[in-house]
Amino acid sequence: MSTPTFDYLDRLEAEAIHILREVAGQFERPALLFSGGKDSIVLTRLAEKAFRPGRFPFPLVHVDTGHNFPEVLTYRDALAEQLGEKLIVRSVEETIKRQRLREPGGKYPSRNPLQTYTLLETIEEFEFDACIGGARRDEEKARAKERIFSVRDEFGQWDPKRQRPELWNIYNGRIQKGENVRVFPISNWTELDVWRYIQRENIALPDIYFGHERTCVVLPSGQLLGLTEHIRLDQDDEIVTRQVRFRTVGDSTCTAAVESDAATVEDIIEDLLLAKVSERGATRLDDNISEAGMEDRKRNGYF
Amino acid sequence: MDLLRFITCGSVDDGKSTLIGRLLYDSESVSLDVLAALEKRQASNGVVDLALLTDGLRAEREQGITIDVAYKYFTTPRRKFIITDAPGHVQYTRNMVTGASNADMAIVLVDARQGVIEQTRRHTLIAALLGIQHFVLAVNKMDLVQYDETIFNQISADYAALTDHFQLPKATAIPLSALNGDNVVTRSRQLPWYAGPSLLEHLESVPGAVEVAAAPRFQVQYVIRPQTPELPDYRGYAGQVLSGQYRRGDKVRILPSEQESTIEAIEVSQQKVETATAPQAVVIRLRDDVDVSRGDTIVPLHDEPTLTRELEATLCWMSEQPLWPGRKLLLQHHSALVKAAVPAILHKVNVHTFARAATDSAQLNDIVRVRLKTAVPLAVDNYHQNRTTGSFILVDELSGDTVAAGLIGEANANYFTAPTSPPVAFSI
Repeated sequence: MSTPTFDYLDRLEAEAIHILREVAGQFERPALLFSGGKDSIVLTRLAEKAFRPGRFPFPLVHVDTGHNFPEVLTYRDALAEQLGEKLIVRSVEETIKRQRLREPGGKYPSRNPLQTYTLLETIEEFEFDACIGGARRDEEKARAKERIFSVRDEFGQWDPKRQRPELWNIYNGRIQKGENVRVFPISNWTELDVWRYIQRENIALPDIYFGHERTCVVLPSGQLLGLTEHIRLDQDDEIVTRQVRFRTVGDSTCTAAVESDAATVEDIIEDLLLAKVSERGATRLDDNISEAGMEDRKRNGYF
Repeated sequence: MDLLRFITCGSVDDGKSTLIGRLLYDSESVSLDVLAALEKRQASNGVVDLALLTDGLRAEREQGITIDVAYKYFTTPRRKFIITDAPGHVQYTRNMVTGASNADMAIVLVDARQGVIEQTRRHTLIAALLGIQHFVLAVNKMDLVQYDETIFNQISADYAALTDHFQLPKATAIPLSALNGDNVVTRSRQLPWYAGPSLLEHLESVPGAVEVAAAPRFQVQYVIRPQTPELPDYRGYAGQVLSGQYRRGDKVRILPSEQESTIEAIEVSQQKVETATAPQAVVIRLRDDVDVSRGDTIVPLHDEPTLTRELEATLCWMSEQPLWPGRKLLLQHHSALVKAAVPAILHKVNVHTFARAATDSAQLNDIVRVRLKTAVPLAVDNYHQNRTTGSFILVDELSGDTVAAGLIGEANANYFTAPTSPPVAFSI
């Protein structure tokens, strides 16, 4: 009997497909949260492997903050079309109007915290009992503590002290009415794993991941923020044009670019192997507000 | 490049978090911004506390302890590692069992000043109970005993006596200092008398997971039926090869219905393949139009598991509400979810000695031996022959909480049935 050896990407892939199929088997109304970023793009590829030649047993759901990069929205629509799967878009703009929320103030008004409101509204509207997301444990130290099946209460809250033990590869998705489960099939992947998988599977990505010329505002930290209509410019702000790419795709108002002329996935992997700064450290403005920023937002229902 | 999952265990203050921090730091797996955040917190005495790399929750940093299992990742040119950092003291057995259930290897930490203590013994026994085959005895804090060779030799000998007594796998003993980085990633000049590998060198050479040796087992997670004009009759059973290997043309039996069929096709990512091997996620199609649904097991005719409604199992009880004989629960055997009852608790296991004691209930963190009855037959193996098909969880029907981890069959047949001396009852 031949015994093939599997490398770590094969193992991570098999684990993620197993998790996706458990969601399909255990829940009545799951959803796949799709932002158009690399992690959720990888999830759609894994879902194809898990469920083709059938349809996905869940729709793709995008919570649009209104501050997204246009290239990403174009990519989102094209991918949904190509997959032939249902795409549900709900907008933070609408939530702000309906719930009379206050728009974020400040110079770089991030709508990241407001996403939670729209997400919870969407979960209620469609009665989703499970939401699949592309979060990874290597992103942040509070995430390193989170289970693959993460039970949230009716307010979407995560309680790190009351997590269910997760044993072997058995995933317990039993919940009570009103609760929902956030499921993270690529929990055990790192940023580099995601890129190596994209390379191996030859997955197309939005252009903003590759080096391109962009007009940017230079932040006091030295980070570069792509110039958009949502940023409130002052007279002494320094505006530059640089060759940049994005390591992560979040809100345009809180996701910094890195200088790079990487033109291919191979170049990006090369870049990453040399990078001394983590993905979030390099690009996210809102995690650095406090030591427990992510933990606190997750407790409130954020992903 | 392959993957190794390991757990670290040891008593509070043995330096588990520091050791993990050191592994990450010295293998250059910590980013500058993460280090900067650490340094900011340690400005007063100027020493970076590597333990803070793993203690990710607010309460953990406030109390300086590890509350919950955390997962950390690092990669060397030879291997990718997943570290399971299980807390040493809070709700110990439950967390240890959780962490050990997915690990290929255990690093047991010992403080060189204290040597082998109760906690060392308990963690080793629980890790062995969960089927871990590879052990490292990390004798930490060698800097605090002047890197003394005789102290290391004494601790290694004490630990070898423990593993011999319980017939556990032999451990590789490594003297180190997590705080100073001696023998963690690079070999230390402070320990010229030690000829063995550094911890990382050892981690890179330990054999990884092997699922292929066990009997072929496949469980259906989801039935794919496109029902489109192009594929009106397609019916594929999606699931993971839990162990062993399947081949197109294999004669199989479907359990629990006991129908027979033949594997018509195996598909991986929509490509037809000749064989499927654990841990691949595949779609299996059968030649006959048989009734197969989620939770069913497909096995080769010549190598079948036990099909039964009555089980004997070892439970690690994980709930604050105790278990009483007669209690009804849900049993989740991977994708199969069935009603179950616990008619009898046979005995409780002392986690320090593995001696049996009579009991009429199981409390939080107890390890007990029970009899179980299920509403429908389950296709199971002995845990020590197959960690995947030999394991299950118990779920409280009302709250949905996971209340127990279960190991099926004559647990520990390999290790505990024939203790050398003195004779102790170890068949838990």
